[in-house]
Amino acid sequence: MADENWVTVGKRSAINPGDVLGVTVGDREFALYNLDGEIYATDNLCTHAFALLSQGWLDGEVIECPLHGGRFDVKTGKALCPPVTEDLKTYKVRVVGDDVQIQPG
Amino acid sequence: MSETTPHIVIVGAGHAGGVAAATLRQAGFPGAITLIGSEPYPPHERPPLSKGLLAGAIPVEKTYLRPVAFYADNRIAFRPGETAMAIDRNAQRVTLANGGTVPYDTLLLTTGARARRLSLPGADHARVLYLRDIADSLALREHLNPGARVTVIGAGFIGLEAAAAARKRGANVTVLEAQREPLQRVCPPEIGRFMAELHRRNGVALRTAISVTAIVEADGALALRTADGDTIAADIVLAGIGAQPNVELAQAAGLVVDNGVITDEFGRTSDPHIFAAGDVTRHFNPLLGRKIRLEAWQNAQNQAIAIAKIMAGGDQPYAEVPWFWTDQYDVNLQIAGAPEHWGELIWRGGPSDKAFTVFALSDGMPIAAITMNNGRDMRAARELITRRRPVDLARLADTAMKLQDLAKESGRG
Repeated sequence: MADENWVTVGKRSAINPGDVLGVTVGDREFALYNLDGEIYATDNLCTHAFALLSQGWLDGEVIECPLHGGRFDVKTGKALCPPVTEDLKTYKVRVVGDDVQIQPG
Repeated sequence: MSETTPHIVIVGAGHAGGVAAATLRQAGFPGAITLIGSEPYPPHERPPLSKGLLAGAIPVEKTYLRPVAFYADNRIAFRPGETAMAIDRNAQRVTLANGGTVPYDTLLLTTGARARRLSLPGADHARVLYLRDIADSLALREHLNPGARVTVIGAGFIGLEAAAAARKRGANVTVLEAQREPLQRVCPPEIGRFMAELHRRNGVALRTAISVTAIVEADGALALRTADGDTIAADIVLAGIGAQPNVELAQAAGLVVDNGVITDEFGRTSDPHIFAAGDVTRHFNPLLGRKIRLEAWQNAQNQAIAIAKIMAGGDQPYAEVPWFWTDQYDVNLQIAGAPEHWGELIWRGGPSDKAFTVFALSDGMPIAAITMNNGRDMRAARELITRRRPVDLARLADTAMKLQDLAKESGRG
């Protein structure tokens, strides 16, 4: 609701279409995705084991974990196949100038 | 319909058995499912047993594939603590250790593997331990205390992971390996040396090309005698010298068994009513063009999924590049492919780097890859290996070229 909830987490120009970028804000890690020009954000830590999704394989709108191959829908965070059973947290994104902003909550 | 719904019985409630049961339901199998396992625990993943669970970093429940309630909620009759003793293929029923019988229409064997036992004098001592299941992990953990002298026999995945966990808990760790380098069954020597250095840096006394001839008890401690006449004192010994498939049930039932239950890429055994999946199988892999037996998370997970889908009416074979990983200290090592020889290698970076990737080639095609702290390359590497097409070797070796781009590019070809 309040405007000050938006936090700048990265530069839009740093994320090419089809790419995923990991960013650290304070002690939290987020993954930013560029899906055909649209930016999306999720937690960067896999819900299954300690692995950074930003080091994974972005396959269309699905991110695959680099450690155990768990797959998540980038837009909804939905866990798509074993071994992941817990959905990934997603964040609302807005782009202001070149700043990618999210509401980390 | 209700009287004739088929009954699938799964023998073995480890990773593969649990995944298969869940997959059968997801794939819409309408009949009864019974899941029989001799352990008291529900189906679980094994990787943490030699890592997080052993180090005391996670509780047992974190290893479970699903909450215990999942099985009843999905009409899966899970019967823990029950051991199948025999299969009567004519009557199509399984006999349990308690004398009960369970009839089946289709049987799935996911009986897994067990730790290979040491065979040398003194190996039966109570403080010579193995690491295969949850009970083993919890029992070993009790001994991994600050200052305890832990000697590990075998520098394979299990031995090295246990050594890392033991160091994390402050134990004095010695690792003894008969080969010249660690991990020689699965890696080229350069990788073995990298891992040897890693362990030495973390305070492990690693000795290679050494074999133990006897274990004796002296003054309340254990002493390991080596072939070169040395004696190594230990409070506890862990033997990590491989695993052997639990084929006895299948063998006694007359199925074709040869270093594993023999199956095709559809999980079919020599009996049309019996399938098998996971560690117990030596299955045909169409990508490799040969039969292979694997002891790994991927095979327990993905072969079980593939075979369960086939049992539910699907027709897609299990055909994946074998894939393994290990986590030790701050290092993540992943291996794709299972070459019989590593041969010519193409390096992206090298052992002096913190992170690197290496490919093995055959006829100009990547057939295997290893990533060291470089998991981001692994999916692309698997993609390149699966495709079985020649690649531009100069670009493959060029670290300025992102492997993911190379894989996506040749995928469009």
